[in-house]
Amino acid sequence: MAVTTRLKERTDEIREATRSGLGAPPRAVIGLAGFVAFFIVMVVVWGPRTEFPLDWSRGISRQINEGVETITVVWGPAFDLVSDAVLRFLLLIETAFLWTPWPVVVVGVAIIAWITVGWKFSVFGALALLTTGLFGLWDSAMETMALIVVSVFLSIVVGIPFGVLAARSNTFDALLKPLLDGMQTMPSFVYLVPVVMFFGIGNVPAVFATIIYAAPPTIRFTSLGIREVSPQVVEAARSFGTTPRQLLLKVQLPMALPTIMAGINQTTMMALAMMVIASLVGAGGLGEEVQRALSRARPGEALLGGLGIVFLAIIIDRITQAWAKSRQEALRM
Amino acid sequence: MNQTTEDLPELPTSANGEVRVSVRGLWKVFGPAAGPDVGETLEDKTKDQVQDEMDSVLALHDVSFDVHQGETFVVMGLSGSGKSTLVRCLIRLIEPTVGEVVIDGEDILSYTEEELTQARRQKTGMVFQYFGLLPHRTVIDNVAWGLEVQGVPRDDRRERAAELLRIVGLDGWEDYRPAALSGGMQQRVGLARALACDPEILLMDEPFSALDPLIRRDMQNELMRLQEQMHKTIIFITHDLAEATKIGSRIAIMRDGAIVQIGTPEEIMANPADDYVADFTRDVRTSSVVTVGYVMERCGVLLKPTTTSRDALAQLESDGVDAAFVVAEDGAYRGEICREEARNAAANGNGTIEHAVSRRCEPVLASQCLEDALSKAWPYEGKVPVVDDEERLVGMVERDVLAEAVFSEEREEDGA
Repeated sequence: MAVTTRLKERTDEIREATRSGLGAPPRAVIGLAGFVAFFIVMVVVWGPRTEFPLDWSRGISRQINEGVETITVVWGPAFDLVSDAVLRFLLLIETAFLWTPWPVVVVGVAIIAWITVGWKFSVFGALALLTTGLFGLWDSAMETMALIVVSVFLSIVVGIPFGVLAARSNTFDALLKPLLDGMQTMPSFVYLVPVVMFFGIGNVPAVFATIIYAAPPTIRFTSLGIREVSPQVVEAARSFGTTPRQLLLKVQLPMALPTIMAGINQTTMMALAMMVIASLVGAGGLGEEVQRALSRARPGEALLGGLGIVFLAIIIDRITQAWAKSRQEALRM
Repeated sequence: MNQTTEDLPELPTSANGEVRVSVRGLWKVFGPAAGPDVGETLEDKTKDQVQDEMDSVLALHDVSFDVHQGETFVVMGLSGSGKSTLVRCLIRLIEPTVGEVVIDGEDILSYTEEELTQARRQKTGMVFQYFGLLPHRTVIDNVAWGLEVQGVPRDDRRERAAELLRIVGLDGWEDYRPAALSGGMQQRVGLARALACDPEILLMDEPFSALDPLIRRDMQNELMRLQEQMHKTIIFITHDLAEATKIGSRIAIMRDGAIVQIGTPEEIMANPADDYVADFTRDVRTSSVVTVGYVMERCGVLLKPTTTSRDALAQLESDGVDAAFVVAEDGAYRGEICREEARNAAANGNGTIEHAVSRRCEPVLASQCLEDALSKAWPYEGKVPVVDDEERLVGMVERDVLAEAVFSEEREEDGA
């Protein structure tokens, strides 16, 4: 009897406490009521209008336009130098891909797939590449591969140091985050314009546009991977007189490697997705095939080119993921 | 021809030997209250006050102690008492707020980054509660880590690492990754890694706390065995007073960032400084910690084997005792002789008492704990001789004193 009484009291107490927590009317009610009142007043007093009192757009746009033009002129030689270097690199890779007899490429990919993933995927990879060849897209596929290799390589070269810095400094990380968000969400056409102004038309600006779009995952995952390294392991390593450099190269980066690999995998996928858009500034390869089919209204060619990109994506994705996974398992404590 | 024991040998209090690590007025404050003047501003504040009033955490409150060469100095306290912060401050894995940490005469708080790195490489080796092994490296490369960061060539460091793996009983596991090993084995790797650079000072942060009780006991014994050979200076952190009393030469007990008592296990068990310490000691059987040397008394009359039986009898009678211990010139325990034996010997001619001496009672060791001593001395009533590790008589203890110490404790436990 006493227990039930107490239970009832307690229930009442809890109910009371809960109610007093919500004492004031909820925010939603205040906000909604206020908004309705404001709406009515504005319609009556102000009337239905959409125009703003000021227009800053022209000034800002003109400033930016002039700024970019100045950069193009002033930094022109530097851009040419970088452009030249990237072009050489690109040509080297492209020549290597196109020079290699296609059966070698098919068998090579099949063997790599067999080692990393398994025999089923190895068969799929070989068939996918053969199909691409039979679609008449072999050369385009190899050109795309060259673009991907160069873009991803440069993304890694730039991305990992940025990722390391972001892992070490919270300030740098806080500044970098909105920039990376911007790089990933900004419509690509927006930065295609200045990229074309700096680097002209062709595969080189395509590489740069691809890096802008595809590098953020590598940066983010590098930073994440390093931050995720067990602080206990880092502390133990430090206790033996490890220098910051040794810590980075022998502890943090090796332990972050599976995570970094996941980032590179994403970068690769995003670079592939960028290929069609990049063809707008003159990139060759499968992207160009798709883009040409689009402009001529040829759904067949568009689909074949698209499938070629899908095949490359699946092959690269599965192989890199399987590799990263095996690394991850090797690291598990 | 008689002698009495000289003053009792000095109780095994503070280890002697040169001071290796000297901590002076060490403070660590996390939060806005941290500053060079915490010694004045926070002197009279408690941990809770600092927390509530200044939104800061007082982790170390004016900590001072010395650690001598070859001793195992145990820092004991509950979680949050600051003991883990303390051991990290010793090599600046955590920067102390103010104070001095003098290792071999040099204040490491004044070290540059470069000097600090060198000190960590050469002076100290650390073992961690959660092992802190590098998961991507093999066992042998983990052990070789300290040598690797010093730039020792690969073959040399692997040779040394293999040697240490043998010492900790892990030969054959060189090429496995740490994940393949059990917790106890991983901590052996941790210990081997700490010893690989042959540091003089071993810092151990709750090294056995994450292990199963049986494995923990093995590891404690293993450490004590190694320490007997190595004579390192060990600073050992634990939250377990039983562990502390087992392996510690001296124990510092911490509470709320301050040291509340420093002493040998016996001193702590016998005279806890306050209720907080007493609370800990309740969980440990005094008789398993306190050694015979701590409770023994002086022997009174001592006779030599070369004494004649008549002298011996006269001595016993004049001192009014029934029996006396007999020791050789070098102090070695020979046995005891009672009046009757002396009288019989005297009746057979006034020779020396050498042959009349009997060893009724096997001596107990001064370094034995009361429990062990009692089980050895149980059959003998009366006075039990106490000898040191070299069989020299150093004192005596009444069997009933031993029995009282052990059994009163058991009664308490039963009553509780």
